[in-house]
Amino acid sequence: MRLAAPVKPSSAKTEQIILFRISGHLFAISSASVQEVRSADSMSGAATEISAPGLRKVRRVLRRGDRSLFIVNGAMHFGLHAAEGTLLFVLRKTRTALLIDGIEKMTSMTRLQALPLSFCHEERQWYRGLTALDQTVIPVVQPEGFLSSEELALLDAALLQTGNPDDEALEGAIPAP
Amino acid sequence: MTVSAELELQSFVLLRLGERRFAVSAGQIAELVSPSRIFRFPHRTPRLEGVILRRGRIVPVCDVSEMLLEKRLTSRRFYLIAVRNYGTQREWVAMPVTGECELINAEMMAAVESDAPHVAGWLSHGGEVIEVLNIDALTPGPEQALAGPTAPRRVEARL
Repeated sequence: MRLAAPVKPSSAKTEQIILFRISGHLFAISSASVQEVRSADSMSGAATEISAPGLRKVRRVLRRGDRSLFIVNGAMHFGLHAAEGTLLFVLRKTRTALLIDGIEKMTSMTRLQALPLSFCHEERQWYRGLTALDQTVIPVVQPEGFLSSEELALLDAALLQTGNPDDEALEGAIPAP
Repeated sequence: MTVSAELELQSFVLLRLGERRFAVSAGQIAELVSPSRIFRFPHRTPRLEGVILRRGRIVPVCDVSEMLLEKRLTSRRFYLIAVRNYGTQREWVAMPVTGECELINAEMMAAVESDAPHVAGWLSHGGEVIEVLNIDALTPGPEQALAGPTAPRRVEARL
């Protein structure tokens, strides 16, 4: 499913978001950040395995033209109980395809509150902020926060070590279940 | 009481955590509220349980019992919402407490170098010597993240 380019919201204070689940937790992402939503099964045939030391959340990489998209397991990224993940969000302007459990709904938020300053570790890279919807507080993820520049460097190095990615895609493709 | 002695008295809120009482400068207290739903999401900051919604504000909940008592208290009666300074910024932080709070006037003795960073001073009340808490040192913030030790990079998120 290819998502249409997002329409500019009529009010500057409203932002379209997608609510999604990973290991039972609800998150939000700006729909403008999601380029495509794919079933994980449909992509698995085109993905090749990758192994970067100390980076267990990325196990597969997708070739898209001259670009490599790293498939980030959302559960492992957030330190949650690992789940298989059934959907992939291809994130716009990043090299990340995020593996999630499912989409809850599309909605809009009127207010994004900054993450309180007490939260002072990696979560500051993970989230753009928090939003309150229907008396529930939901973290709004930062698309660039799934892979840091150091992690991307590690993954690029691992890609080089695996040789020609195109050959790998032919020989080492993971068959769809 | 002379005027000079009167001027030395300050207002404090006494809070209870298990068997112990602690004090916080009354000027740093925003309100005392009944426990409400905590919203939890993945993060890696120690002592933070999640956030509560209070009058439209999202307020982090920080369990200070482990740091102060060396054991975690699961029972809680109220959240004491204190004002935490982050440089020029000020934000609310909610601390679970296990009993009633009390407003008193007392004279504070300043902390000495050997006291823990979270001790702002000491006061004597009702035959007890009570620690006055330094909220800025007790609750997490960017300066503590820089100073470390931090949570390990690859631990289970705190939920």
